[in-house]
Amino acid sequence: MTAVLQAQGLGKRYSRHWALTDCTLDIPAGRVVGLVGPNGAGKTTLLSLAVGMLAPTSGSIEVLGGRPGASPAQLAKVGFVAQGTPTYAGLSVTDHLRLGARLNPGWDDALARDRTGRLGLDPARRAGNLSGGQRAQLALTLGIAKRPELLILDEPVAALDPLARREFLQGLMEAVAEQELSVVLSSHLVADLERVCDYLIVLVDSRVRVAGEVEELLATHHRLTGPHRDPTRLPADQHLVAASHTDRQTTLIIRTDAPIHDPAWTVGQISLEDLVLAYMNKPTHTDTGRNDRPALEVQR
Amino acid sequence: MIEFHLDDRSGLSPYLQLVRQVRQALRLGLLRKGDQLPTVKDVVARLAINPNTVLKAYRELEHEGLVAARPGVGTFVTATLADASLAAHDPLRQELRRWLAKAHRAGLDEESIEALFMTTFRTAAQEDIA
Repeated sequence: MTAVLQAQGLGKRYSRHWALTDCTLDIPAGRVVGLVGPNGAGKTTLLSLAVGMLAPTSGSIEVLGGRPGASPAQLAKVGFVAQGTPTYAGLSVTDHLRLGARLNPGWDDALARDRTGRLGLDPARRAGNLSGGQRAQLALTLGIAKRPELLILDEPVAALDPLARREFLQGLMEAVAEQELSVVLSSHLVADLERVCDYLIVLVDSRVRVAGEVEELLATHHRLTGPHRDPTRLPADQHLVAASHTDRQTTLIIRTDAPIHDPAWTVGQISLEDLVLAYMNKPTHTDTGRNDRPALEVQR
Repeated sequence: MIEFHLDDRSGLSPYLQLVRQVRQALRLGLLRKGDQLPTVKDVVARLAINPNTVLKAYRELEHEGLVAARPGVGTFVTATLADASLAAHDPLRQELRRWLAKAHRAGLDEESIEALFMTTFRTAAQEDIA
């Protein structure tokens, strides 16, 4: 299967500030990718590079085998729902669909009408008079009816109440089930994405901290608790992600493919949320300093 | 037809929760041979989960010989779990009750009993694998 997004040493600088640094990714097609990180981590920058609204300062990025935004064919393959799921406040629902049909060669009008109908969106109503959830659904409809191979959504549910959030993700997943659609969506809350994504990228301070299949991430990360000890003396195949200590006890989050044999540790599973938080926290500065930094493991 | 639900605090992956809910329904006789499972699209639209999660659960059930997919139609139950093992439940439950009473007499409280059971259960399961 071809990669949906490939980046090599990708970086973007705004005057003196690097919004994204040394980003290397290889995302297989057919996934629902969650891009998680705190506000200001560089999520929007990465997504804007992927749709071609920004050009890289360094490195390269390929989306579905082509350069983002390079040709009309490339533009038709990638759908983008920008932050805040924007719509035109003065245009009606019908106007939006008409606009979508004019601007997109692969427009699926039947799908768009069916979706707005099922959502109960009044065709004559202006977008400015819709609720936040309805506006988001309208923006999603435009993204889906374009029939892209890849749909990119920037923080689509951040502004929605829990019910609208659920309904939005239901609609999105339904589209994934019906069409052969890859999705990349960002959020600063992993809880929003936990059910829907099967591939996760954690972006912190303009760097990719970890990326991979959710299932593999969960299977290879463990919480170890035991008597106080120096975490730098872990076996070579155990990769330290986070460590915390009391005078008696040490708790570590490690990544390893190998079984953990040391009987001094109580080994526990961690949730996706804990995993993301462990990577989001600043690396622990123990005596060895930098050696403890989690490596930017991407694809194996 | 059954309806799936997800418990975010169960600690089980969503795919495993779906598999277990089908097995449970089969054990309790809620699902019988020939019954149809909800379509992937229905499950996805209801639970807002990744379609691959549902597909994986259905493949696992198919692998276990419990269901079969009919392309373009749906996934149907082909076996039952409400079988002979159901008859064994009663005597096992009685034995477990006696064991619990013993544990109480030995001074174990509920948490200690649960901890003892779970560690023994896990060790036994691991030894089976090894």
